[in-house]
Amino acid sequence: MQSLTNRSKIVSNKKMTFSESIYLVAILKGMFITIQHFFKKKVTLDYPKMKKPVVANYRGQHILKRDDQGAERCTACGLCAVACPAEAITMVAAERKKGEENLYREEKYASMYEINMLRCIFCGLCEEACPKEAIFLTDMIVSPDQQRDKFIYGKDILVEKMEKRYDTSKRQKHLLEK
Amino acid sequence: MEVELIFKISLVIVMFAISLGIAAYATYGERKFAAWFQDRMGPSNAGPWGLLQPLADGGKMFFKEDFIPAASEKFLFILAPCIAMLTALMTSAVIPWTTDVVVMGQILSVQVADLDIGILYVLGFVSIGVYGIMIGGWSSNNKYSLMGAVRASSQMISYELAMGLSLLAIIIMTGSLGLREIVDGQTGSFLGFLPNWNVFKQPLGFLLFLICAFAETNRAPFDLPECETELVGGYHTEYSSMKLGFFLFAEYINMFISSAVIATVYFGGYHFPYLNRMISDPNMLAAAGFAVFFAKIFFFIFLYMWVRWTLPRFRYDQLMHLGWKTLIPIAVLNLLLTGAVMILKDYI
Amino acid sequence: MSEILTYILGGISIATALLVVFSKNPVHSVLYLILTFFSIAGQYILLNAQFLFIVQVIVYSGAIMVLFLFVLMLLNLNKDTEPQKENMFKLMGVVAGGLLLVSIVGMLKGIGHINLPENPDSQIGMVKNLGLVLFSDYVVPFELSSILFLSGMVGAVLIGKKESTDIN
Repeated sequence: MQSLTNRSKIVSNKKMTFSESIYLVAILKGMFITIQHFFKKKVTLDYPKMKKPVVANYRGQHILKRDDQGAERCTACGLCAVACPAEAITMVAAERKKGEENLYREEKYASMYEINMLRCIFCGLCEEACPKEAIFLTDMIVSPDQQRDKFIYGKDILVEKMEKRYDTSKRQKHLLEK
Repeated sequence: MEVELIFKISLVIVMFAISLGIAAYATYGERKFAAWFQDRMGPSNAGPWGLLQPLADGGKMFFKEDFIPAASEKFLFILAPCIAMLTALMTSAVIPWTTDVVVMGQILSVQVADLDIGILYVLGFVSIGVYGIMIGGWSSNNKYSLMGAVRASSQMISYELAMGLSLLAIIIMTGSLGLREIVDGQTGSFLGFLPNWNVFKQPLGFLLFLICAFAETNRAPFDLPECETELVGGYHTEYSSMKLGFFLFAEYINMFISSAVIATVYFGGYHFPYLNRMISDPNMLAAAGFAVFFAKIFFFIFLYMWVRWTLPRFRYDQLMHLGWKTLIPIAVLNLLLTGAVMILKDYI
Repeated sequence: MSEILTYILGGISIATALLVVFSKNPVHSVLYLILTFFSIAGQYILLNAQFLFIVQVIVYSGAIMVLFLFVLMLLNLNKDTEPQKENMFKLMGVVAGGLLLVSIVGMLKGIGHINLPENPDSQIGMVKNLGLVLFSDYVVPFELSSILFLSGMVGAVLIGKKESTDIN
């Protein structure tokens, strides 16, 4: 078979010469290689303290945006759930009562909204499907856990906190260009 | 007399502390260097640059459940790590750490015991050290532990021979078993430009001794008694908590002591060219010699780690083949050549 | 002080030597034998015979007993595999052992008083003195014993060698 990289070596069972059979040269060569790696720049990062830079449209954990008054944008239309190829999104719609205008932007809202992070493939189709600019993917990383049921994220995690707003303008620009 | 006694006792305590400290930081060094050899960062969370990692490891060891298997021989199971630790710590008694110091007008040698048998003491206590591994492996009542113990014993016996034979060549050259005499025989220069260290007179013997030292301390590429891929954990499979810690610690102390012995026997111990001409004050000279000696020791500890993260493990039959059919004949040849040269030297 | 230590070490030697015989588990027997050797090595130290001490430790405790232990661990002897000896054999063993004891006691009586070195700091056990004596006064027995070891080694190699097949 033709080799693709031209780096493969043909193995032969020929008898070793004396200098090869005492292995000392080979050992010294190997030690030279490892000591070179000793002084090389390390490829891993000190992760929680340092993070690798990511592109503007990095697709991480989702966020459900609120508008400037702090009302949830999502109207529970279900388009994101339909668009989701992994069927990770479920929701229950409810009607807005009187006095809840400051909580929900339109008459219909999602009383329950869940994303199964173990099913999610972070394709970003929900983001594209959303007509209300309510759901966005962010550069946040889904944190690891020991139990599977902890990975079903409800509204308590997904909905944006007003004191810690997430800037999606860059993503929006990118999506519009598309 | 009293000054000497107090000095010796404090020396014992200091060397004990240094042995333990170096062993603790050798575990940190091992992890850090292993990471660097593999393009990783290594431990970095405990303290600055992860410097408190040994403390964290030790604390973890103490708070782990101390488990004794029901089918084990309880007394021997507990005794084994104690033997391993005891013999490891006892070996350093004959190593001369530096030149004589002057304390309150008395000249005192910085060596716990300048025994007549010197280097044989080291060999003897290293060979006893294997009992810790053997008893631990057998009393665990586990086939992997037993395999590790059996491997450790046969490996130790095989490589002790070549080690002793390569040391004999040095003893012929020096004419003494005492480590102090061996060190002090390595002053001056050799062939005009090299320091008069035994490694330049006995390169083959040094290589043999180095290989055997790796095998005797159960370090890679000779770590068959505890090889993870075949024997789970080898002789310490059933051990947990600080008993396991003792086994691991004893390995690092052995590494430190064997590095010290290599530096003493082959690399001039605390001697360094022109050191005694530059410094005249005996205590300053002793301090400088101590620093030089430890620099050499650290180099060999680093070499141990460097080799561990470079070479793959031997296969068991290859290990026996190397020990019996290669190292011992070469060691005998080296011994005969040394003897012949020493006799011929008198006639020329 | 050293007299008390001598008696303590002697007591340990005898006690562990008896335990070698009486313990059921062969591995325990070997471990007791190691202790016996160590207590004898301790006696050498009390006589300031450092070389003899370290040779005892290296050769007997460090090498021979490791091999004993090695073989016993490999064989995995336990009560089930222990062969049951007939009473006749047991009786023969007792008689043979008793005869050995009688001859040793008789021999010790014949020697009479043993001359121990007067001062414990005697230099006779040092490497240099021992080497000089071995290679001058006792050179013939020394070399003869080395030939004995050589013949033992040759015998071991002969037994251990594979039988050459008839094809060659």
